[in-house]
Amino acid sequence: MSTTIVTARRAFDDSFTIERALATGAYEGLKKALSMTPEAVCAEVDAASLLGRGGAGFPAGRKWSMLRKNPTTYLVINGDESEPATFKDHYLIERDPHQLVEGVIIAAYALQVTQAFIFIRGEFALGLERVTQAINEAYAHGALGRNIFGSGFSLDLVVHPGAGAYICGEETALLESLEGKRGFPRIKPPFFPAAIGLYGEPTVVNNVETVSNLPWIVSNGGAAFAALGEGRSTGTRLFALSGDVERPGVFEVEMVKSTFRDLIERPELGGGVRGGKAVKAIIPGGVSAPWFFPEDLDTPLGQDEVAAKNSMLGSGSIVVMDETRCMVRAAWRITKFFSRESCGQCTPCREGSGWLERVLYRLEHGGGRMEDVDLLLDLCDNIAPGLTWPPQQTTICVLGPSIPSSIHSAISRFREEFIAHVHDGGCRHGR
Amino acid sequence: MADDATPVTIRFTLDGREVEANKGEMLIAAAERSGTYIPRFCYHPRMEPVGVCRMCLVEVEGPRGTTLMPSCYIAPSDGMVVRTDSEKVKKAQDGVLEFLLANHPLDCPVCDKGGECPLQDQTLAYGPGESRFIEEKRHFEKPVPISDLVLLDRERCIQCSRCTRFAAEVAGEAQIAFSGRGDLVEVAPFPTEPFTSHFSGNTVQICPVGALTAKPYRFAARPWDLDQAESTCTGCSVGCRVAVQSSQDRLTRVLGVDGEVSHGWLCDKGRFGFEAVTGAHDADSEPGRVTTPMLKKNGELVPVTWSEALSAAAAALSTAGSAVGVIGGAQFTNEGAYAWVKLAKGIIGTDSVDAQLDDGLPASLVFGLPAATILDLDTANAVLTITGDLSEELPVLFLRLREAAHRGTPIVQIHQHPDSVTSIAHSALAVRSGDTDAVVRMLCGDDVQAAQLRNHPEGLSFDPAALEAAKAALPHGGKGLVVIVGRENLAEDGTLTAAAAKRIAGAFPEATFLVGLRRANVRGALDLGLTPGFLPGRVTLAEGQSRYAGTWATTPSATGLSTVEQLRALATGAAGAPSVLVLLGSDPLTDLPDGALAAAGLAKATTTIVVSGHHTATTAQADIVLPVTVANERTGTTTNVEGRVSVLAPAVAAPGQAWSDWTIATALADALGADLGLETVDAFAAEIAALAPSHRGLSAQLLAGASGDGIIIPVGSSPIHGAQPLDPTAFPGVKAVPARPLGTEQASLPEGAPASGGAALLAAIPEAVSVPGPDGYALRLTVQRRLYDGGATVTNSPSLAPLVDGATVKVHPSALDRLGVASGTVVRLRSAAAHLDLPAISDKTVIKGTAVLSFNHATADHAGNAAASLIDASAVVTDVRMETR
Ligand SMILES: Cc1cc2nc3c(=O)[nH]c(=O)nc-3n(C[C@H](O)[C@H](O)[C@H](O)COP(=O)(O)O)c2cc1C
Ligand code: SF4
Ligand code: SF4
Ligand code: SF4
Ligand code: FES
Repeated sequence: MSTTIVTARRAFDDSFTIERALATGAYEGLKKALSMTPEAVCAEVDAASLLGRGGAGFPAGRKWSMLRKNPTTYLVINGDESEPATFKDHYLIERDPHQLVEGVIIAAYALQVTQAFIFIRGEFALGLERVTQAINEAYAHGALGRNIFGSGFSLDLVVHPGAGAYICGEETALLESLEGKRGFPRIKPPFFPAAIGLYGEPTVVNNVETVSNLPWIVSNGGAAFAALGEGRSTGTRLFALSGDVERPGVFEVEMVKSTFRDLIERPELGGGVRGGKAVKAIIPGGVSAPWFFPEDLDTPLGQDEVAAKNSMLGSGSIVVMDETRCMVRAAWRITKFFSRESCGQCTPCREGSGWLERVLYRLEHGGGRMEDVDLLLDLCDNIAPGLTWPPQQTTICVLGPSIPSSIHSAISRFREEFIAHVHDGGCRHGR
Repeated sequence: MADDATPVTIRFTLDGREVEANKGEMLIAAAERSGTYIPRFCYHPRMEPVGVCRMCLVEVEGPRGTTLMPSCYIAPSDGMVVRTDSEKVKKAQDGVLEFLLANHPLDCPVCDKGGECPLQDQTLAYGPGESRFIEEKRHFEKPVPISDLVLLDRERCIQCSRCTRFAAEVAGEAQIAFSGRGDLVEVAPFPTEPFTSHFSGNTVQICPVGALTAKPYRFAARPWDLDQAESTCTGCSVGCRVAVQSSQDRLTRVLGVDGEVSHGWLCDKGRFGFEAVTGAHDADSEPGRVTTPMLKKNGELVPVTWSEALSAAAAALSTAGSAVGVIGGAQFTNEGAYAWVKLAKGIIGTDSVDAQLDDGLPASLVFGLPAATILDLDTANAVLTITGDLSEELPVLFLRLREAAHRGTPIVQIHQHPDSVTSIAHSALAVRSGDTDAVVRMLCGDDVQAAQLRNHPEGLSFDPAALEAAKAALPHGGKGLVVIVGRENLAEDGTLTAAAAKRIAGAFPEATFLVGLRRANVRGALDLGLTPGFLPGRVTLAEGQSRYAGTWATTPSATGLSTVEQLRALATGAAGAPSVLVLLGSDPLTDLPDGALAAAGLAKATTTIVVSGHHTATTAQADIVLPVTVANERTGTTTNVEGRVSVLAPAVAAPGQAWSDWTIATALADALGADLGLETVDAFAAEIAALAPSHRGLSAQLLAGASGDGIIIPVGSSPIHGAQPLDPTAFPGVKAVPARPLGTEQASLPEGAPASGGAALLAAIPEAVSVPGPDGYALRLTVQRRLYDGGATVTNSPSLAPLVDGATVKVHPSALDRLGVASGTVVRLRSAAAHLDLPAISDKTVIKGTAVLSFNHATADHAGNAAASLIDASAVVTDVRMETR
């Protein structure tokens, strides 16, 4: 439980400075990596079973092995983190930029990429400043640029601020945005940026947290990482816990060894539901994820464990809703977010998100009709046919089929609450 | 429809049937060919698929069950199992349609697209009965103008991105794009850069809803009231396929029709220039047509009857004997051109007949160069262009060239001012007027020229690295090289370009050529003998004498005078000067590059007979004006830039007493007491096919069986295609085009007798032209055509007329610095002959030592074609001095 990997410098207020970072072992992992062959570094990452921390949970080692051989390849780090209630990368970006930069360099070395980018959400002003500073310091320190630490390996790293669209977190929209185009997700095929990515060249896209684990993995070995957690879910994960808990915040927790209940209730973690109230519903892995309910609280915090219950650990953001929360309102707020953030490229998501939002708004604010409840479900079905998880989709990217998650969860479990809203002409307590 | 789909067959299962697809073909297209029409909105067969509307979802079987996939975005693979008719597909498609209609205003009764709207049609065919959407729809101000010609109703937009893709992908001018997110996404022009594309009308045509409307058509008519004629655009010599629609004998709209020439695209002049025929629909505009014969009486033109006008013309011609000059005819039909050649050369006996106005290239070059087709651009190894701005002169040819560039075909350009082609060129060589041939020599490996060019006081005009790149891009021997050659500069002698083209033909013997002459049927006019020294069929006078002896009364014995020679002889009173001028739809006072010569020559003619559809500067000075039918009023054929003969269909009746071009020739022959021996357009066509070797085998029957793209002559030189059915969603508004009897291809046709000429004709083109050295104080003039100019089509089209710019001279900033004036200042340009005051615009892309003017634009104190006042037809190049006023 006390294992910390990516938040090891948590205790220091100046964790973001190069002095503190160097005093606490920064760039040692990189030096070790540079003394190894790139293949050996990849092998350690493979052995670590490091799952991507950006949402899809794809094994980093596998992704790297898929990078098409090509004279030019790129590495792009996804720090767009714009989903409501998701703020764990924000923490890493602001508090430990050197760990991030070191992780990027290790990944680049392993992939033999010489140009990397970090795409950071534009609103992270402080984070952008700190990562930029860290990069400048890394150049000065010899950790970036030509012939890094005399190893013969060279890398340039560029920070790119996002322009305020959530969809640019989706990796192909991110690549479009990085190319200076509108952030429209790319249609498949090609199925992976590892085949055709930035500027048409093979590209690896990894999340900030994913690469922040690399210095530790290289220093301690993949096996040490894999020894933490269980099954495919190894190492630790950062969880952004929010909602009705006493101690909202970012917590690093060993995978699988704790449960949702542990995270919410342990005094050093969530500290319990706020005001001692009961849990009504939980968003287990970001607003795209189907909800959990009180009976799911003992599910371990592991990727496959959550997937077995037809949801996902996703972006690692967990929102607790207590017994007083209005489920119509919750679904409406989430849907409103999606309808604002739909890139507008494909019809079911563009039009469906807005339509769903308007129906939910009516239900919550008065004007709901009995038939609206089934209408909502059927519209959801037209975006994600079958309403299964993982979803089928009529859309280009998975933002679309993420929209039904909250609506379907809320109606399946709390249909009577929706009906009450119709009878009452809106929400009784508006919370 | 994808021409480039290689014929490798893939077999897959579609709704339980075994179906074939071509390699690279998308599922939606393969299904369509096999008879299954999958609904669609964003897909357009002439653009890259994007898969955004999701209307075309089908179920594809995979290892883990079936998935819904957009059929416009997946290529079938062998053994693929696809369902387009399952419950799942049906629900998904219904769902998409319902989503599309959610925010759609459903103002069909007042929408221009109503009755021909793919959204409306597919809603009827596939959609739910009534909407479950009771929310307030999104609102936008409607409609807003996004260009001078196009309006946008954002409420109706279904965000299919056809318009934005057309702009970026096809036209290469991403001047409109999406902005906003979610269901507030809207098409928008950039605040700082207007939507000025010459191709903007295509966005209106391909919009699958009524979101984009064109000013010249808005509310003009309901589609079901429209009559349609399938025809060929005669706006320029590209000869785009068109569907011309009319209502109550007024033209209402012109739409592009898919085919191998134009791929369904049109330029805005071709699309909207119909206003010059029957007027704009929303104004009581007078299209400036000549509607009755007119005769000058007491110094004034007055309306007269046909018989009075014809007798007067015949009287003048009889007096003149064979001292008659004929200028023009490049806008006539083939049949009209032949009729006038037969009258002029076969009855009157003059060979001083010229369809070109010193603004083209010699007929012997046109006939002598090995011919390329537009389709050749699709498979070319490289393309070399030596022309004025193609997007201004032959707009849709530019789009076809852009496609080739997009596919990776290297385009090598020699130009006098950077233009649309420069932007897609692999290597572009900037040359000053007069230096083209020198640069061509360097391309062919003759470096002696380099020193000479380098000696220019302003230095070399191009980057030597570009020359090396160009050399490397041109295939050895010219295999697969297509050369597009046209008049680069109207202020220099066209012989310069002709000599350069001849040199290229010599150095690259396998290269083929598109000679980019601009007027719609200039190619047909030349083919049929409207040029000195030739008789119909590309045969010389000597060769043709025996061929025509039996059918024609006479043939000229000696080569006659070109347009410039006729006018110069008139102006100087030289022996052999014509005394009567017959102008066939031509307006030398506006269009001849040497404006002073046109005025001087015309003033000296004893009688000027002008056959014209519009009032022009020249008709105003004429003695006799004979009204002729123009575009969309005519039956017959026209020949495009490739030598492709296609059908013209009348959509409206001629106004007043206008007669067709051949009827006037026939009647005039009668009045002269002679007889052309032919009384119908078909009879003229049949005589052409029988006598002109280039047209042998070109029967009406064959033309009727071919697609609207027509037939490249000589018949047998290129495959002939039948018509494919059009996708109604890709070409909304075009009424079903009749299927053609030919199969997809008919190759084995009777070999036409080979056209005479070939290399032997090139002997008439000089090997080289000597160019005067640069004058350090002067700027060498480059004058180029613009799409929107002072010509009759544009000035008589109320929608297009405002798009004509005023004349300016563009110079390099250093030239203005030397003069000490700011950009925009009115300066004086002084040539040997004249001077002209106009604003000077600083433009750093202008080659140093050069001044660039547009042809046929007016200045504040020079109406009409201001540039023509500076040009001297007898000079090889035009040097001007720029002075403060
Ligand atoms: C709508 C949408 C938003 C996303 N936003 C983010 C994000 O902000 N940060 C992120 O790392 N991944 C995000 N992802 C996931 C990325 O597409 C991608 O899977 C991830 O960056 C890969 O990194 P990883 O393999 O290291 O997890 C998003 C995906 C979708 C569909
Ligand atoms: S699903 Fe939504 S976000 Fe994704 S491409 Fe379609 S419209 Fe854009
Ligand atoms: S304006 Fe028309 S063509 Fe353009 S995106 Fe909208 S619906 Fe499509
Ligand atoms: S390019 Fe020429 S033929 Fe085609 S539409 Fe324009 S004017 Fe007509
Ligand atoms: S998604 Fe295939 S036609 Fe639009």
